[in-house]
Amino acid sequence: MDVLGNYKSAISARSTDRDITKKSQDGGIITTLFAYALEEGIIDGAIVAGPGDEPWKPEPMVATTKAELLAAAGTRYNISPNLYLIKEATRSYGLDRVGIVGVPCQIQAVRKAQLYPIGLRDVDDKIALALGIYCMENLSYQALEAIVEDHCNQKMESVKKMDIGKGKFTVYTERGAVSQMPLKLIHKYVQPGCNVCLDYVANLADISSGSVGSPDGWSTVFVRSMKGNAVWDGAMAAGLFETKPMDQVKPGLDLVKKLATEKITKNQKNVDARKTVGLKADGTPKGLRNPYESP
Amino acid sequence: MAEKISIGELHLSGCTGCLVTLADNYEGLFKLLDDYADLVYALTLVDVRHVPEMDVCLVEGSCCLNDKISVEELKEAREKSKVLVAYGACAAYGNITRFCRGGQWNQPGHEAFVPISEVVDVDLYIPSCPPCPQQVRNVAVMAYLLLRGNDEQKNLATAYLTPLMQLAQRGNEACGCDLMYDVINQGLCMGCGTCAGTCPVRAITMEYGKPNVNRDQCIKCGACYAQCPRSWFNFDVMNNYEGIMDAIKGAMQ
Repeated sequence: MDVLGNYKSAISARSTDRDITKKSQDGGIITTLFAYALEEGIIDGAIVAGPGDEPWKPEPMVATTKAELLAAAGTRYNISPNLYLIKEATRSYGLDRVGIVGVPCQIQAVRKAQLYPIGLRDVDDKIALALGIYCMENLSYQALEAIVEDHCNQKMESVKKMDIGKGKFTVYTERGAVSQMPLKLIHKYVQPGCNVCLDYVANLADISSGSVGSPDGWSTVFVRSMKGNAVWDGAMAAGLFETKPMDQVKPGLDLVKKLATEKITKNQKNVDARKTVGLKADGTPKGLRNPYESP
Repeated sequence: MAEKISIGELHLSGCTGCLVTLADNYEGLFKLLDDYADLVYALTLVDVRHVPEMDVCLVEGSCCLNDKISVEELKEAREKSKVLVAYGACAAYGNITRFCRGGQWNQPGHEAFVPISEVVDVDLYIPSCPPCPQQVRNVAVMAYLLLRGNDEQKNLATAYLTPLMQLAQRGNEACGCDLMYDVINQGLCMGCGTCAGTCPVRAITMEYGKPNVNRDQCIKCGACYAQCPRSWFNFDVMNNYEGIMDAIKGAMQ
């Protein structure tokens, strides 16, 4: 399979809803799609990364209104275990049609849960819309704190927005200060689990979206499944997005492909290196587990 | 429609939750029985006294070593079935029966309960307590394709069932600790929350994005480990999720 996964169309897009683009990270694609799906009854609720008890720490939540979606909009560069709520959403919240957003590994978990519902009873047919966001790597909350407070020299609670782009991690504060650090310096803070991930653009999502490849304030969208296609067409017909063809925007799909290839090549090397990480007493290689081979 | 396969359920030391789970497929169970499988042996559902020959035998419950009949029936089921499935956590991992210590009415002498793989070879595991009806349905459809399908269907069924067969090879001990040993300690956890969402007894919470297992609450059902996307992930099957789900849905209509 291609490094970008199977997709039916790739578009550069931005939400036409200014309430959303004011709060969203880039083009407001995920928030707008969930708001549309809620409105149309395609989903009864969506599992999103809501606000947590510490500044910039996300907490998975079930959003059933546009206001709740808006409260969750924007990227917080640390872990939100959204799958934690997947069974809860169909029980305590009684949802029949669940929307869920996640980074590639989380969307992989969603698809595994559907094909192998081992402990997730009555969930497989209730996943109505799985939206993916591009992800190179993720951080623990403490790692993000170290980056923002130690490297960028800003208090977590004074930060208005964080952004990754053009090789830099950028922090914007409420009072207008902008702090930056080179992206390559954050690699040592990345959670180790990301180093074996072979997916950059959420290949298994119904629709996936991220800023890479599109101009500032816009997002690159991959429409992947039949379901995703139907939802995207509906949202387009409702006038919720302005779009540009992917081959007419800079830097374009080539950059997405380049980053996806880099991530997958690097991480495949890590997966392979794990096979021979140590030596047994007799000198033969001793390896770590390969999560893609066997339990 | 090709000839149906035969499925039986052998009931050992379990709570009947697994058997009820089979019925929890509702009209799906009728569809399975109409088109794909004959139920040839099952407590309360089939009036057959002795273990018959069958294609797939689902074994519910752990094996009580103090109960001669249990041990004998399990061995007999192994001999008479092509595929023996540890159906549910007790059969696969011992589950709650791991904590039995005898002294209970009306068989105070029954105190030694082991996962069935300590007595016979097991081909495939369906973990969790109780197992999910949809997982049993998927295994039943795939077993049908494996035994009665064309080459393409056989390949798909083999790819689908392989990880569940590998789980059976992995061993008969599982609990929340496996997440620690095989996922977190191995540097594989990325904090998706599947384990906490899966746990039937809510023994797992997510602390700063990583699972924390309350070991006193854990019942050793193995669901968290088996459901974790980093315990195993077969790209060939999951990348075709849309087609496979449509196929299963189509088979059940």
